[in-house]
Amino acid sequence: MNSQSVIHTGGQVATLTHLQRLEAESIQIMREVVATADNPVMLYSVGKDSACMLHLAKKAFYPAPPPFPLLHVDTTWKFRAMYELRDRAAAAAGMELIVHHNPEAMEKGINPFDHGSLHTDMWKTDGLKQALTKFNFDVAFGGARRDEEKSRAKERVFSFRSANHRWDPKNQRPELWKLYNTRKGKGESIRVFPLSNWTELDIWQYIHLENIDIVPLYFSEPRPVVERDGLLIMVDDERFPLREGEVPMMKSVRFRTLGCYPLTGAVESNARTLPEVIQEMLLTTTSERQGRAIDHDQSASMEKKKQEGYF
Amino acid sequence: MNHEMKNPVYVTDALISQDIDAYLLKHQHKTMLRFITCGSVDDGKSTLIGRLLYDSKMIFEDQLASLENDSKAVGTQGGEIDFALLVDGLAAEREQGITIDVAYRFFATDKRKFIVADTPGHEQYTRNMVTGASTADLAVILIDARQGVLTQTRRHSYLVNLLGIKNVVLAVNKMDLVDYSAERFYDIVADYSHFAKQIGMDSFLPIPISGLKGDNIVSHSDNMHWYQGPTLLGHLEEAPVSDTRMMDQPFRMAVQWVNRPNLDFRGFAGQVGAGMVRPGDAIRVLPSGKTTTVKSIVTYDGDLDLAVAGQSVTITFADEIDCSRGDVIVQADQPCEVADQFEATLVWMAEQEMLPGRPYLLKIGTQTVTATVTEPKYEVNVNTLEHLASKTLGLNAIGVVNISTDRPIPFEAYAQNPDLGGFILIDRMTNATVAAGMIHFALRRSQNIHWQALDVNREAHAALKNQKPAVVWFTGLSGSGKSTIANIVEKKLHALGKHTFLLDGDNIRHGLNRDLGFTDADRVENIRRVGEVARLMTDAGLIVLTAFISPFRSERQMVRDLMAPGEFVEVFVDTPLEVAEARDVKGLYKKARSGQLKNFTGIDSPYEQPQNAELTVNTVELTPEDAAERIVQYVLREMS
Repeated sequence: MNSQSVIHTGGQVATLTHLQRLEAESIQIMREVVATADNPVMLYSVGKDSACMLHLAKKAFYPAPPPFPLLHVDTTWKFRAMYELRDRAAAAAGMELIVHHNPEAMEKGINPFDHGSLHTDMWKTDGLKQALTKFNFDVAFGGARRDEEKSRAKERVFSFRSANHRWDPKNQRPELWKLYNTRKGKGESIRVFPLSNWTELDIWQYIHLENIDIVPLYFSEPRPVVERDGLLIMVDDERFPLREGEVPMMKSVRFRTLGCYPLTGAVESNARTLPEVIQEMLLTTTSERQGRAIDHDQSASMEKKKQEGYF
Repeated sequence: MNHEMKNPVYVTDALISQDIDAYLLKHQHKTMLRFITCGSVDDGKSTLIGRLLYDSKMIFEDQLASLENDSKAVGTQGGEIDFALLVDGLAAEREQGITIDVAYRFFATDKRKFIVADTPGHEQYTRNMVTGASTADLAVILIDARQGVLTQTRRHSYLVNLLGIKNVVLAVNKMDLVDYSAERFYDIVADYSHFAKQIGMDSFLPIPISGLKGDNIVSHSDNMHWYQGPTLLGHLEEAPVSDTRMMDQPFRMAVQWVNRPNLDFRGFAGQVGAGMVRPGDAIRVLPSGKTTTVKSIVTYDGDLDLAVAGQSVTITFADEIDCSRGDVIVQADQPCEVADQFEATLVWMAEQEMLPGRPYLLKIGTQTVTATVTEPKYEVNVNTLEHLASKTLGLNAIGVVNISTDRPIPFEAYAQNPDLGGFILIDRMTNATVAAGMIHFALRRSQNIHWQALDVNREAHAALKNQKPAVVWFTGLSGSGKSTIANIVEKKLHALGKHTFLLDGDNIRHGLNRDLGFTDADRVENIRRVGEVARLMTDAGLIVLTAFISPFRSERQMVRDLMAPGEFVEVFVDTPLEVAEARDVKGLYKKARSGQLKNFTGIDSPYEQPQNAELTVNTVELTPEDAAERIVQYVLREMS
């Protein structure tokens, strides 16, 4: 299916569909970055939003490959299936893949079982800052959407970060029309969110329509899980420390979001195809982020994380 | 209070559970509408947005559970569901004292996806409203039915109109609190109509609603059988989007990026701003003006045989001509203008006030140039719409200024094409976006055209005709007798062997200036062109007679400044309005009085009398013949 072509018969041109309009907008944003940035990079987290963003990048610069590398800020605790897709997708796009591990977290053996929120802080938040500084990236694409969470509803498409990567909500620039002010001072950087106006359903529909390669974990399959604190956690490798009496059960589960496997809750499901996933999503009655442990402490936690430099 | 929760119509489509593939197919063809809601907290804006999210099932069960909890704890609806809490992000900010901003919310129905720009309504947030409105296809202006049209309603409407939003909904909210009174509704609509006309808003759609109770939101209200128009959501689903409007215009695309992956490929990437383009179309690259044809329209999904406004594409040319980021590709036979001086409206968005004369960066389309801004011609009081004298613009101020850029840029009037007429100003030191602007028209376009040295100069032309060239500029109301007198003057001069030419509305408006209307801007451009033509004719040694209302002093001064000293003779044909109207030779006054003719001088457009005219002829006291004779005597005396 070619979502770019316009339906036209006998001189009558139809209005662009919502996905065509969103696609054109995202492409416009990406090109604006490439035309004005010194050293851009695309943050790639291997989730469905990243997959969508990567696909849009291929379209934006075709027939050239996207003129920037992919950066995966890894925690070493992602699902194995994510690492497989990551390497495959980067190669298919003809892009350089940079994988960054926070050396300090590596050395201290930071993990989600023993270190709680320190795990995210060190691997992801600190890791991202290290990588951006190390490679001197001035603009980083991220796959965040405004519909994900209340505090993101007001997020700019071009989000400015100080030289020490902090987000200052008081100092964001007004964005009019599609005129993005891409100027920045020495050491400052910009996070750019080309998917700002997409919703979860838009993403799924686009993946379906464009046949985009995504991690199979989004589809249901019998997988070994244990139940902890109300979440179904998949035992993805031998590093998973089972508690006393805990035995992994095989359940038909899938994931609505993907992160570090010990922190990501699965949902019981029979959705094995994309249409079935979309069907389940449309019929579902809980919002997307419920499966992520990070949000559960306090509703303002995302805002706080963002100010600290987490995406 | 018995709070009736209407059953949402847009509950999960039965197709989802029965035939998901059919559902997806159907939803592929959804369109997308972006709109802005304007109103303060008291108008029930948050409640309305919350209602739309709720009724279109954009609220999940966990959110609903927390909404119910919050409603009991902090709600304002006596424990009933408080929809406003769904969109309280901004309220929270207000309490914390941080940025009050634009929040974007999303919902969808079977027909459309919607993006709502939600902005606070108070005066100090003009900046945010303008930001939200800049990308909107439609505006919903909320009015509290108990309050009617308020100052803030006017402000919101002015801003919405300023940003060129053509589709305006006047949502008269809280109808439940005025007993669903049709009379109250129509009073408000009449009141608003009057105001809308004043600000030049062409049309709007009034809908009586109750966001809280759900009346006329999704389905027609049982409480207002007297209202037969569309429901709010019904209208949002049908209203045209801006891209569709832009498709009818000549092709325009600002080049964002040149795609050059190897020596065999050179493509120009951009988003089509207006019109459409096909392979083989003749195009022109501005500002250079070089022409070629479109070879192909390249996309990842294969070459296209047509691209339309709104699509992001890559275009290749048949010939190797220069083209880079910032250039605009246009239809060859209908290019846009290129200029370096403009009149524009500015909305100032920074704490630090505007500094006339300071160089700012100006980003328009895909290019950034250096620009300076003059002192405002006037500032607009957004509450009263009064024009105020001002030396500068502060945060949230709106004013009209002249802007000059360090090089000529392709542009179009904002009202015609926001893509090529809207711009931002950036402070060069702080990199902050300090203003948004909308171009009205270009000024003094000829400045950058280099003069060719002519061997046969104006003196030579004049000498051969044995006369001194001059422009005799007749100004006065419609029907004052300008053309009549000018005609007689020409006959007399001709009889005396003088080489003359008469320019009047009839031979100019039908040809050279047939693209101009009667707005103030067009009148200015009309006179500018006439002035330029008259000047060329004086260069040719002619005595030029012009008969135009030319109502504004500044343009008559502009023409005077074009001419060599002493060659401009301003003749004020002084006829009182009542006399001219009583004559009404062409029946125009009658039309203007009945509203059929807009911007008619003396009626709803001003006439500024000359203060230092060389000659004034009073047509009440003088016959046309006598008036003409006086002018001829003056010319013979002063121009020999």
